[in-house]
Amino acid sequence: MRLYVDNAKCSGCRACLVACSLNLFEENNPKKAALRLIPHFPAPGVFEMKVCTQCGKCADECPTGAIKKNDRGAYYVDFSECTLCEACVPVCPEDVMFVRAELADAAWKCDLCGDCVSVCGMSALWIADEAAAA
Amino acid sequence: MNGYGGNILRVNLTTGKTIKEPTPPELARDFIGGRGFGAYLLFKEVPQGADPLGPENKLIISSGPLAGLMIPGAGKCDFTCKSPLTGGYASSSLGGMFTAELKYAGIDSIILDGISPKPVYLFIDDDKIELRDAASLWGKGTIGVEKELKEKLGEEFQIAVIGPGGENGVSYACINHDYGREAGRGGVGTVMGVKKVKAIAVHGTQSIPVADVEGYRKAGMALFKVCKEADGLKPWQDYGTTIVVSWCDEVGALPTRNFSAGSFEGGKTLYGPVMREQIVITDKGCFGCPSPCGKYSRMKRYNTNVEGPEYETIGMLGSNLGIPDIQDVAQANLLCDDLGVDTISTGACISWAMECYEKGILTMQDTDGLELKFGNVEAVFKLIEKIARREGFGALLAQGVKKASKKTGQGSEKFAIQVKGMEQSAYATHNATAMLLAYMTCDVGAHHNRAWAITYDLQVGRDLVKPEKVARVIWLQNFRPMFDVLGACRLQWVELGIDRDLYVPALEAITGVRRTWEDLEKVGERIWNLTRLYWARENAGFGREWDQPAPRFYLEPPKTGVTAGQITKYEDAQKLLDMYYEQRGWTPAGLPTPETLSRLGLASLVA
Repeated sequence: MRLYVDNAKCSGCRACLVACSLNLFEENNPKKAALRLIPHFPAPGVFEMKVCTQCGKCADECPTGAIKKNDRGAYYVDFSECTLCEACVPVCPEDVMFVRAELADAAWKCDLCGDCVSVCGMSALWIADEAAAA
Repeated sequence: MNGYGGNILRVNLTTGKTIKEPTPPELARDFIGGRGFGAYLLFKEVPQGADPLGPENKLIISSGPLAGLMIPGAGKCDFTCKSPLTGGYASSSLGGMFTAELKYAGIDSIILDGISPKPVYLFIDDDKIELRDAASLWGKGTIGVEKELKEKLGEEFQIAVIGPGGENGVSYACINHDYGREAGRGGVGTVMGVKKVKAIAVHGTQSIPVADVEGYRKAGMALFKVCKEADGLKPWQDYGTTIVVSWCDEVGALPTRNFSAGSFEGGKTLYGPVMREQIVITDKGCFGCPSPCGKYSRMKRYNTNVEGPEYETIGMLGSNLGIPDIQDVAQANLLCDDLGVDTISTGACISWAMECYEKGILTMQDTDGLELKFGNVEAVFKLIEKIARREGFGALLAQGVKKASKKTGQGSEKFAIQVKGMEQSAYATHNATAMLLAYMTCDVGAHHNRAWAITYDLQVGRDLVKPEKVARVIWLQNFRPMFDVLGACRLQWVELGIDRDLYVPALEAITGVRRTWEDLEKVGERIWNLTRLYWARENAGFGREWDQPAPRFYLEPPKTGVTAGQITKYEDAQKLLDMYYEQRGWTPAGLPTPETLSRLGLASLVA
């Protein structure tokens, strides 16, 4: 299972970002979300959303083994084991491995909680099996 | 304080000093946020008789307790000041991301005071607050400046910016944000311009505290769920406010050629589905919006992009100017946005000038050679530019239609479509008594959004003059603006029809204070009465004469369209006012009685 996005449907509203930060950190803080929104305005006038594909490259790279699988089959960061070494960041092909030491004392990523999907009014986000999606 | 940024940021532009002070809990208790904060602070802090263009006027920018949270459409920001257009209360709402970012920076309100000796922009990055030189930005269009600041400071910064209209003192200059969202009405951008503040750039990385995280999460999710399941979701997502263009055309509410009619023979090419097919490229939502009315468009003919046009702009720059082409309307929208002038007032001033021209009151000698016939697109483009630069004939229109018609005379005051000096927005009210009353009594002048009562007119009988209609207008005026107080959009309630009681547990979990809609409506009524007192304090003799509709609606029935031959009688308009004052607890002259003030907890404030 993984998260999918249809950029053509995204309206850039950021509901997903605040829902994500609430689930991950119990904060209302889109800067601490595990999706990345890139608006391209005033031209060409489209939104680009980056989401985690659960490829696992971050977990392979993590020297402390802090990136583990949860019962949804998604990789998540065990905050207590993360040393903020940032090794996971450059290997992420989607640029959705987040380290911002000024905001959190651990790296964070999508753990497939699904709250972003629940609040997306445009149905731009969904969770599916990779096999089914292909 | 739960649900709040926690601070009020005071910026004295004359001295360059900035001070952050904690948001007073009693202010939150009595006025909640947003428009409530603005109304209170304006009344208390801007001295009586202050020149709207002088240093004593303040621009008060306020978020609300729902803004920036996981609540549908929690992206509303209020801009309040003494209006340079009307001389009374101005409050204009801005969507987009700005209000959320303010909260993440720990701010509930920014109060801009004084006048800067040179152009500046206000830079806010969490606790780092500076006034920075804006000499290189002055004179530039809003869209380029926003892009420039984002490239310089970072994409995460949210920018509110004025254009040449605000710099040059156009009375209805707006404040722009997110490449196409505006605080449009009443000249809030004019006040920012006179203070020499080109832009505000804000970035915050803090969370907003809430009282009960689980309760809030549950209540927030419940709100999103009902929005997503609403029958009206898909059409609203497809068309946004343009969904009402066809409806208004069909019921005779689409302003046509300076409100001389309510149906436009070229209307069909301005309808929502036509716009969607021809120019819309992306849906663009405000913060947390499940049903984005924002439509981002590309005009191939002009090789340009714009956010919009939305319904009001289509009415005021389209049918009301006799322009039937959606690309032309969208291009006029872009010019207004980039130059920083309100599309509604700009359209209204131009339509009045066109009527003057067609009637021979103004000639090409007056209009700098522009042939101001209805439908002349090129003349409209040129005139928008002239207005924003207050150049030649544009300088007359830049004062607003009330002053322009007074100067021009020759009976042109009778077709200046305004109340209290504010140009009427895009609903023709020849025969729609509740909507007419809503415009007559609106707290900023002839604006629609406090009481969008036109659908009620159609439901119960458009020419009825009955207490129930008046009660409906008052209820809407007390209730709808509460969304601007809370910092969230009203359109999920209006257009998706969601149960407003679902907001009650959300607000309680967020702030820790239980408020029913009955309580909230009382706050709405308190604010409504306070702003009424503000008008009276600032304008000698204020009262009934200020609440009169544009004479066109009782003197000149449309000759064409579905409302042809229909009119509201002058006496009926006066009956509506009598009933309105009585139901509001106001004197026959239109001022709150001491009992009403006491009931609303305002007696001590105004003593």
